[in-house]
Amino acid sequence: MKSENYISLVFPSRSVNESFARMCVACFAAQLDPNLDELGDIKTAVSEAVTNAIVHAYPDSIGKITLKAKINQNGELHITVRDTGKGINDVVKAMQPMYTTGGSDRSGMGFTIMESFMDKIRVRSKPGKGTSVDMWKRIVPRSGGAAM
Amino acid sequence: MESTYELHEGALWIRLKGELDHHGAKTLISKLSSQIDSALPLRCILDFSGISFMDSSGLAVILYTHRRMRELGGSIRIIHLPDQAARVVNASGIDRLIMQDERSGSDEE
Ligand SMILES: Nc1ncnc2c1ncn2[C@@H]1O[C@H](COP(=O)(O)OP(=O)(O)OP(=O)(O)O)[C@@H](O)[C@H]1O
Ligand SMILES: [Mg+2]
Repeated sequence: MKSENYISLVFPSRSVNESFARMCVACFAAQLDPNLDELGDIKTAVSEAVTNAIVHAYPDSIGKITLKAKINQNGELHITVRDTGKGINDVVKAMQPMYTTGGSDRSGMGFTIMESFMDKIRVRSKPGKGTSVDMWKRIVPRSGGAAM
Repeated sequence: MESTYELHEGALWIRLKGELDHHGAKTLISKLSSQIDSALPLRCILDFSGISFMDSSGLAVILYTHRRMRELGGSIRIIHLPDQAARVVNASGIDRLIMQDERSGSDEE
């Protein structure tokens, strides 16, 4: 399906970019007229995916993160966060609640939050090559809502 | 982000302000743990009213404080969670853990 509108962003895996990344997607998603909860959920999901790339994909170096957001014709937001870092050996295991390879500053709830805040999530990863997280969320037009 | 600490009648009030993400929380857990270690409070009250955004990094802060207070035989309470942060807490299911802690905390009193 042809996408209606999109943005693409490349930035280094510096933690200062976490808030920048989620604000960017939130601003882009604003054209779908989401309510405050939906906007918060989108920001949180982006924050989780980007933080994972910063913390886990490039633990001891600075690498490249690519963030894409698209609005499909049916008013669905599609977000992709991609890194070329260390990758995940067992994606199913990594996505389980409370599973973490991090320390006490991680809760192991990142994927669980992405799953619960977005309609759909797909994680593809190759050890040594990197990880790509795709997330979709349809924003239901509000009754009497703003015209696009 | 900022954190301020105040000991009042055995309770350590921890007020958090700003964006509680991985970037913002980088030094928070070590600050928090040294405050708890020196105050040895009976209760920790985490006040989230100043939090403008929170992700799973905030859950780690809550879980850490919960665990530490358990070890000390104390309890924790979370107050003034803004909507966005509350959605994160609910999605994670850790609210059940914390609520349970609160209940057992008051049973012991
Ligand atoms: N982009 C990535 N590259 C490499 N490993 C990853 C990546 N994303 C996630 N992981 C692995 O999957 C695990 C689970 O991720 P998840 O986001 O659910 O929890 P966490 O990041 O450990 O903790 P939290 O997100 O709660 O702070 C991580 O601990 C890490 O081992
Ligand atoms: Mg994570």
